[in-house]
Amino acid sequence: MIGVLDYGMGNLGSVLNTCRKLEIPAKLISSPEGMEDLHGILMPGQGAFRDCMSHLRDHGFVDPLCAWVAENRPFFGICMGLQVLFEDSEESPGVDGLGILPGTVRRFKPSDTLKVPQMGWNRVRWTQKQSFFPEALHDRHFYFVHSYYVPITNVEGTDVDWAGGITSYGIDYVSAISFGECHAVQFHPEKSQRDGLALIRAFADRVNHLQNPQPENPS
Amino acid sequence: MLAKRIIPCLDIRDGRVVKGVNFVDLIDAGDPVEQARAYEAQGADELTFLDITASHEARDTVGELVKRVGEQVFMPMTVGGGIRTAADVRRMLNAGADKVSINTAALLDPGIIDEASAFYGCQCIIVAIDARRNDRGGWTVYTHGGRKPTERDAIAWAREVVDRGAGEILLTSMDADGTKDGYDLELTRTVAEAVSVPVIASGGAGTLEHLAEALTIGKADAVLAASIFHFGTFTIGEAKAYLREKGLEIRI
Repeated sequence: MIGVLDYGMGNLGSVLNTCRKLEIPAKLISSPEGMEDLHGILMPGQGAFRDCMSHLRDHGFVDPLCAWVAENRPFFGICMGLQVLFEDSEESPGVDGLGILPGTVRRFKPSDTLKVPQMGWNRVRWTQKQSFFPEALHDRHFYFVHSYYVPITNVEGTDVDWAGGITSYGIDYVSAISFGECHAVQFHPEKSQRDGLALIRAFADRVNHLQNPQPENPS
Repeated sequence: MLAKRIIPCLDIRDGRVVKGVNFVDLIDAGDPVEQARAYEAQGADELTFLDITASHEARDTVGELVKRVGEQVFMPMTVGGGIRTAADVRRMLNAGADKVSINTAALLDPGIIDEASAFYGCQCIIVAIDARRNDRGGWTVYTHGGRKPTERDAIAWAREVVDRGAGEILLTSMDADGTKDGYDLELTRTVAEAVSVPVIASGGAGTLEHLAEALTIGKADAVLAASIFHFGTFTIGEAKAYLREKGLEIRI
């Protein structure tokens, strides 16, 4: 069973619709107690960094989420569900993020050629050799809506290569992360038609696989 | 690089599509779910529903429609038409709309933009601007579907709505709308250069070249079109192939 984190940050309908369409067993989880019997967590996120964090705190999710990821249990974050993994954000100075990954989330700087928010379909290039992200989706377009991004420089000085995907928007930035069983994307797979659904499918398959490991084919 | 978007617009009355694509294989051409699925299959980048329902009582049907479409179609959806209050915005977003487009209500009370944007985030608030050329070499903003002129200059209004928190502008030239002679490129470009948010060009598309012009000369980030797709003149796929050939970044 996959839990969709419900911490009072808006509409979860499209994520639930996606699970229903893909026939992935999923339920809404609105308190940490509900996490116990889960095999994977889907964490959508929208709104401002500050609101997202304060709602996570109010629902008591902060420590259980950090523990979940530290125990290498399957996690998939979407949009703000990626950004709050970091230490903080220019969007809400002084507000602590989950701090699972290092560095600050920055704001795009508008220019004559760069509109902010980035709104629309952009390409994502997977960067890891052994990637959770399906090869068939490399360099495909996904739907983005955001004004803040994770700079590539956040990766510097960390032992683990957690940057799983890069997108170009004025600059190259980290649009997908993946380390162990923790994955997150800046774009909206639930709004990215076939390719987006394939990504949610990949996560559900991974959760399934971890639950019911198939023996390696001896041949 | 961010792809230019092609956005078909469906006119909705009492929860039914009244101006949609004429696919022969559609069992019920008035069914919004069928229309949305057909456009998704063609590769539309977003969908816009324009509610032209006359009576206020019938408005909830649009929320219901968005909910039904969202269960089957997985792409960004915008609802416009008849959005009067922040409560209307909330109702549409809760129903599953990703963006809500506000027009007349924003002109009557610009504070609604600030209110809705602060609460729901600028990314889901589109301000629709209907503009018509005036004899002073500029463009005047109109309300009520282009029937009533306001005192406002379109460029100044575009800047103001962005300052107030609009995340995108849907710009319709009332001069070009319905002519099939092409978008008002000067208007589109002037607004696109005046604001820091994406601009969707609307009104006047008759050929694929018109789409390309709006995205290049007009500097629009997206094009909205109704007739050329609805009447089967071109499919979304044909439009995309053409634009790609012109060197534009397009999602296939």
